[in-house]
Amino acid sequence: MSAPLLEVRDLRTHFFTREGVVNAVDGVSLSVDRGRTLGVVGESGSGKSVTALSIIGLIPKPPARIVSGEVIFDGRDLTTLSERQLEDVRGERIAMIFQDPMTSLNPTLTIETQLVETIRRHTDVPRREARRRAIELLDEVGIPNPDARIKDYPHRLSGGMRQRVMIAIALSCEPDLLIADEPTTALDVTVQAQVLDLLDDLRREHDMAMIVITHDMGVIAEVADEVAVMYAGQIVEHASAAALFARPEHPYTEALLGALPQLEDHASRSGRLTAIPGRPPSLLDPPPGCRFAARCLYAGEPDGCAEHPPELRELRPGHLVRSEHPASERARPREGAPA
Amino acid sequence: MSALLEVRDLVKRFPVKRGLFFERTVDYVEAVGGVSFDIAAGETLGLVGESGSGKSTTGYCVLQLMRPTSGSVRFEGRELTELSGEELRRVRRNAQIVFQDPYASLDPRMTVGNIVAEPLVVHDVGTRRDRRARVRELLDVVGFDPVYVNRYPHEFSGGQRQRIGIARALALSPRLIVCDEPVSALDVSIQAQIINLLKDLQAEFGLAYLFIAHDLAVVRSVSDRIAVMHHGRIVETGLAKDVYERPKDPYTKALLASVPVPDPARMQERKADRRKLQSAVAM
Repeated sequence: MSAPLLEVRDLRTHFFTREGVVNAVDGVSLSVDRGRTLGVVGESGSGKSVTALSIIGLIPKPPARIVSGEVIFDGRDLTTLSERQLEDVRGERIAMIFQDPMTSLNPTLTIETQLVETIRRHTDVPRREARRRAIELLDEVGIPNPDARIKDYPHRLSGGMRQRVMIAIALSCEPDLLIADEPTTALDVTVQAQVLDLLDDLRREHDMAMIVITHDMGVIAEVADEVAVMYAGQIVEHASAAALFARPEHPYTEALLGALPQLEDHASRSGRLTAIPGRPPSLLDPPPGCRFAARCLYAGEPDGCAEHPPELRELRPGHLVRSEHPASERARPREGAPA
Repeated sequence: MSALLEVRDLVKRFPVKRGLFFERTVDYVEAVGGVSFDIAAGETLGLVGESGSGKSTTGYCVLQLMRPTSGSVRFEGRELTELSGEELRRVRRNAQIVFQDPYASLDPRMTVGNIVAEPLVVHDVGTRRDRRARVRELLDVVGFDPVYVNRYPHEFSGGQRQRIGIARALALSPRLIVCDEPVSALDVSIQAQIINLLKDLQAEFGLAYLFIAHDLAVVRSVSDRIAVMHHGRIVETGLAKDVYERPKDPYTKALLASVPVPDPARMQERKADRRKLQSAVAM
């Protein structure tokens, strides 16, 4: 098997603040193959966005710094590149889209200016040719009447249409890897469905690799081939989407899935949701052992989870978990656990 | 039996103004275009819809936080649209609101204790000492450690702040609480805690909720009945189970089909259904 397109090894990104060092990303390893989608799921502060920004070298320096680890993209370690070299990689090989398209688009410039500039910056084509390509791209991302819309300013477009423009800009360099950070969180659910369909179609047509970062397990189930679940700066479970949802192993993943209200099951009206008590630890001073121990149903005194940090280990081929108490190693299922 | 809340033909129009010095109204935007619904005591009506559907405006008009353009809002048998001043204030003891953003809806300069006590002060309930005891009791009920009554809201996480907001809404023992996206700013694990809390409080105090939210799974988990809003109108209403399992209106169908569910195998089937429906409805 050939090497994956992107391989992140033991990445650590820390924020050096006045209050102390925040271990925002603490030993993350992951990989993505061409044509595949990796979903990274976690709650706020889990380090999922900082992981993405670290991969493409967009973390705010200072206060943040990649303190160790490698980001191997197509054979090159991106953490060793100069800012100039990174800009080229970002423009030509890796593109990123963010949650709020309004803050990523320049409100004072037309769509045409922004799209044509991006195209001409990375490919040496005449303006006329770039404009033709821009209209083609808008058409490809499903913007109706692209010849007319290209003259609009961003505020004239709806949220969904703006996100489509962002996707068009991201695609303009024909990236090998597209990183989408909460791409549909600001959108209505009917528009979200359309944008997710679009991203999936584009990935297939262009044989792109995709990393989709989200807090929404539904979005993960919809788009991801592989899933990494993050908690307090670490990956706690990594598996194929099918395996993760059918047989979640980490107590946190189980609890997170159990806490979700169900759209297709009416039992939740009469019952209670399985809430996770407490909240994630401060990353200023993370606990010495397992970071989920304080909220875990299975962590107990004798097992030492609270003192010794568990390693990410492979339970089955392709199914990794960072816990001393994965579901398949427990004697009996937790009471009230989802079947 | 008459309902606790009866809303009939509620309309809210906002003027669209032009001109810098001589402002004149050139047009109206109809945010709510004639909605009617009832809520019985102890019941939850889930009001769902996408952004701009008019669901929050409806909630504000019910409580007269915004005055409706026309229509009727009867609460405990009294017509609220005709009340003002002191009379309206008295009615509000029984009808409260919890807002979406626990970061914006709590005064950052007030202590937790004063925030929760404020409705008691405004309505002149009890002595200072009674109020202090009541605040502690309320915080205890919502699962917020009363030890922190003298702290400020910014010292707490989103989930804890939402508990403060709920304690404030409960202070006057209302019969109806309008919950305007009460959990949409919260992480999933915290969201479940707050949903459970709202249900527990309902069971304990017999509260009725008008639960406004865009998340259809969240709404299902709390609602007895559902009203689906689209472009200022209720396009479908009924028992939650019926609306979710056998939606009749094409928009409701498309809306439900768009929600991603946490099950990849099921998701494949849903995607196929969704593509069919989306071509049928122009959104």
